[in-house]
Amino acid sequence: MVEVPKSDRENVDLVREEPVVPASELEAWFIREVLPLEADLMQFLRRSWQNRSDLDDLCQEVYTRTYEAAQQSIPRPVRPFVFAIARNLLIDRVRREHVVPIEAVADLDELGVALDAPSPERNVMARDELRLLQTAIARLPPRCREVVVLGRIEGLTGRQIASRLGIAETTVSDHLTAGLYALADMLLGEDSHSGKRS
Amino acid sequence: MTGNAATDSHVETAQDVRRCAAAWVQRQNFWDWSETDQAELDRWLADSASHQVAYIRAKFVWNRTGRLTALRRAPGAVENSESWFNRSFLFRSAAALALVSALGFAGVRYFEVKSQTTWRTPVGGREILTLGDGSKIELNTDTVLRIAASQRTAWLDRGEAYFQIKHDNAHPFVLMAAGKRVVDLGTKFLVRFAADDLEVALVEGKARIESAKPHTNARTAILAPGDVALATADSLSIVKVPARSIEKELSWRHDLLIFDNATLADVAAELNRYNRQKLVIAGSDVAQLRIVASIPTNGVQAFTRVAKNFLGLQVEQRGDEIVISR
Repeated sequence: MVEVPKSDRENVDLVREEPVVPASELEAWFIREVLPLEADLMQFLRRSWQNRSDLDDLCQEVYTRTYEAAQQSIPRPVRPFVFAIARNLLIDRVRREHVVPIEAVADLDELGVALDAPSPERNVMARDELRLLQTAIARLPPRCREVVVLGRIEGLTGRQIASRLGIAETTVSDHLTAGLYALADMLLGEDSHSGKRS
Repeated sequence: MTGNAATDSHVETAQDVRRCAAAWVQRQNFWDWSETDQAELDRWLADSASHQVAYIRAKFVWNRTGRLTALRRAPGAVENSESWFNRSFLFRSAAALALVSALGFAGVRYFEVKSQTTWRTPVGGREILTLGDGSKIELNTDTVLRIAASQRTAWLDRGEAYFQIKHDNAHPFVLMAAGKRVVDLGTKFLVRFAADDLEVALVEGKARIESAKPHTNARTAILAPGDVALATADSLSIVKVPARSIEKELSWRHDLLIFDNATLADVAAELNRYNRQKLVIAGSDVAQLRIVASIPTNGVQAFTRVAKNFLGLQVEQRGDEIVISR
């Protein structure tokens, strides 16, 4: 099992330590090593936690705890570290819940074994990446997709999109925000591999 | 649109934070960006590590979508972007793929039927079928479904399937099972067929269930969301259940079984549908024990561990059977 700093957020806030790792290095590391775990992390959370509406919050909380810990020193290897944080977070939540779903804990024990398993190769080839992006864009609602296509493929500015489509700039802005939000979940949080899972 | 919500004392949800982060990133890239804006963003980021993480995530996705510029048309071609996108070959393959990822992990089959096609899943299997009109049918474990060439009639011979049907007034989708017809009136519904009992749960929309034999005086019923119809050869009853229970019934679509205060007998029977190793609960007192559980469909081991460690039961392996007793 991997050592994980105590997950007591209050304590962390009281004696907040100055970040040691430079922000740019931290960000590059987070993008390179943590974000690619999101599909697996979400799958782990879905399997371990009944309440679907908590999943995004749990994921975001795991990220935040990981990021805060990494400000002091970057954990290596990262995968067991992130999943151990997720596990601790779930145990915290299970304790706080009124009714304790015993099997959630049992499942966590079972998953604990799998933590050291090598992660499936998630590096996609450039062509696959393009297909993946198109797939994601195709799933946006029509108007939102149209705005994102004009902005991201045609390279128009927000103002140009508004005048091209004859809609308000704030509407364009809302579509772009919604589009980016949805794309993030689709590109990071979902399993992009259509094959059967292991 | 900006991230000022952070200064409120209420707890921000991940959705709030991520939406703010997405708003910041698109604002930065599509609109005029002043020093005041930058200062405002810096303040928002300084508020919490959660904001920083969400911003990094949104920015990363934004950068990834930069590859899409490879698809830009040659300058000079004037066309509505939407029609271009729809028309392109790439879009069509993308739309097909979209279904794959929308449906998660199970395989997706596209098919052109000649007459009637039979689809089978083995124990523990799951299959997603996509019909020509975009309707989707997910087959659960140990299921047999036949589909007519028209793709508007299907027969569930065994097992369980979840239907998401694109409604067409002129050609309603009809499912035949256990001597009953289920006629879609714009619907998502779950049909489960065990022994001689048929269970139809309506998730969304409207459907009609009726006897397949003409001139019988069996009832016809219109189902509304949350309705579950239980039909045997000569009876039909409708039960209203909360949406949450239907959600649970559908959890197999995520390879998960959810039990809310279910007896061990029920849990074992349900797991046995998905696994070759069969659970046998010995003793009626043990069978009546109740648990709250979410168990992966292949989680026989997880279940036996719970039985052993938390309920203090004996677990014994006998060939393909696992016997659980006091």
